[in-house]
Amino acid sequence: MQSENPTSHKGGRTLPEGQALLSVRGLKKVYHTDAGDIEAVRNLTFDLGRGELVCLVGPSGSGKTTLLKCIAGLLNSTSGEVLLDGQKVTGPPKKMAVVFQEYGRSLFPWLRVAENVELPLKNAGVPKEERKRLVQEALEAVGLDHVPKSYPWQLSGGMQQRVAIARAVAYQPEVLLMDEPFAAVDAQTRADLEDLIRSVWKKLGVTVLFVTHDIDESIYLGERVIILSSSPTIVQEDIVIDLPAERDQLETRSLPRFTELRHHVYAEIQKAKQGHRPEEAITMVAK
Amino acid sequence: MKILKSFGFLLGLPLILLAWWWLATSGAPNFFVPTPAKLVTTFVETWFGERMLTDVLPSIMRLVIGVLAAIVLGIVLGLAVGLNRTLRAVTEPVFEFFRALPPPVLVPVLMLLVGINDGMKVAVIISGCIWPVLLNTIEGVRSIDPVQNETSRSYGITGFSRIRYQILPSATPTIMAGVRQALSIGLILMVISEMFASSSGLGFTIVQFQRSFAVPEMWSGIVVLGLIGVALSFIFQWVQRRVLRWYHGLKEVENAV
Repeated sequence: MQSENPTSHKGGRTLPEGQALLSVRGLKKVYHTDAGDIEAVRNLTFDLGRGELVCLVGPSGSGKTTLLKCIAGLLNSTSGEVLLDGQKVTGPPKKMAVVFQEYGRSLFPWLRVAENVELPLKNAGVPKEERKRLVQEALEAVGLDHVPKSYPWQLSGGMQQRVAIARAVAYQPEVLLMDEPFAAVDAQTRADLEDLIRSVWKKLGVTVLFVTHDIDESIYLGERVIILSSSPTIVQEDIVIDLPAERDQLETRSLPRFTELRHHVYAEIQKAKQGHRPEEAITMVAK
Repeated sequence: MKILKSFGFLLGLPLILLAWWWLATSGAPNFFVPTPAKLVTTFVETWFGERMLTDVLPSIMRLVIGVLAAIVLGIVLGLAVGLNRTLRAVTEPVFEFFRALPPPVLVPVLMLLVGINDGMKVAVIISGCIWPVLLNTIEGVRSIDPVQNETSRSYGITGFSRIRYQILPSATPTIMAGVRQALSIGLILMVISEMFASSSGLGFTIVQFQRSFAVPEMWSGIVVLGLIGVALSFIFQWVQRRVLRWYHGLKEVENAV
């Protein structure tokens, strides 16, 4: 295929100091188990600028969830650091919200939809009137303002994940972390939710880091895609997705450029699976 | 029609048993088993009077205080132990030992330690009722979903707020199962605590009737105990329906899939 290669960068892209909202520097995570140490993440370095929508894609078992939990402050890294707005992340930061894959277990079944969305705000001491407004706006943004009194388990899987997204949005984070949020919903719902994420991102100007194993999804959603190697994980490539800003499930996905990017990412993931590792990153580790 | 049907289900079997009892006792009078009519008149004479104030209500008071104290203590201790792995490892064998002790054997011990008073009787009830609540709370807290934990942490819901908003509600189904056991144990211990070195209360009165061969009165006391048990069970179900509405709904949805 004779086509323009995507603007890419071997290893993760970094921004000049002070410009990044989220910085991951030399992140390494080793799990200590009785059967020995498992190195899930070897060395990750990349930056997220304010307002970016970045997808992280990698082969299964490449430590995507581990990385996300380290960034979210839910796991301590073995070495390296995560900086949010220049501040080192040591625990879950106030300016971050996480949307988990297991929506059914992440929403509290004893709370109704609106109460689930409201809980983090209530806990943060947001005044009642303000809370009510934020909950209403968030539910409207995800198209669920008609079921505030339902319990989450009365809703379909896709709607439950919308509630979880509304909860994250109402929390007014600067960074929204999403851990394979649509892996457990059916294909049609998934397409709707992808468009929802794009619209929420545009409307709120929030910075999004979206982890997925789905190559098409990462290209369709992202402005930038970071490809991870297989475990122990390093950044394989960091590419810019130069698709039009207005994305459409049919139009965008049938663009030749979409296909080219898809080929490219697919080939990289295949390489990753076969154990290929970019040289720069390897020398970085060797140092 | 529907109301009539549910009424029939509710009262059908009791009415049949009552008829059987009436038939069995009306033919050949038995000194040890009174007829239904005799029991009703004895019941009213015996309990709707001074005894209500001197025996029944104090017994019920002690039962309620004992059970409530056991529930509160059990939940508080259970939260502390359930949330702390070290504490759990240290206390588990001890709890198993104390739980295995039949509470009635503690009556003489508590008599010596607390004295012969209401406090002793309440202590006996607590000593028996606390275990199912405590152990169930520990279990409920221990088996909390890790994804729920991460959700709480990532939204900054920690410490006391986490207990209030996540842990307690999540453990409520298990805790309620423990409370249900505590109620029936409580009723048994209420009676037993009044059988030793006591001069009032339901347990004392029933034993007193039995020893003085006041057979219909003894039976009527047993009926009072049965009625208290039924009342407790209804109250429990009412509370459970309100507190665990979400849980029953969730289970129904899960089972339907």
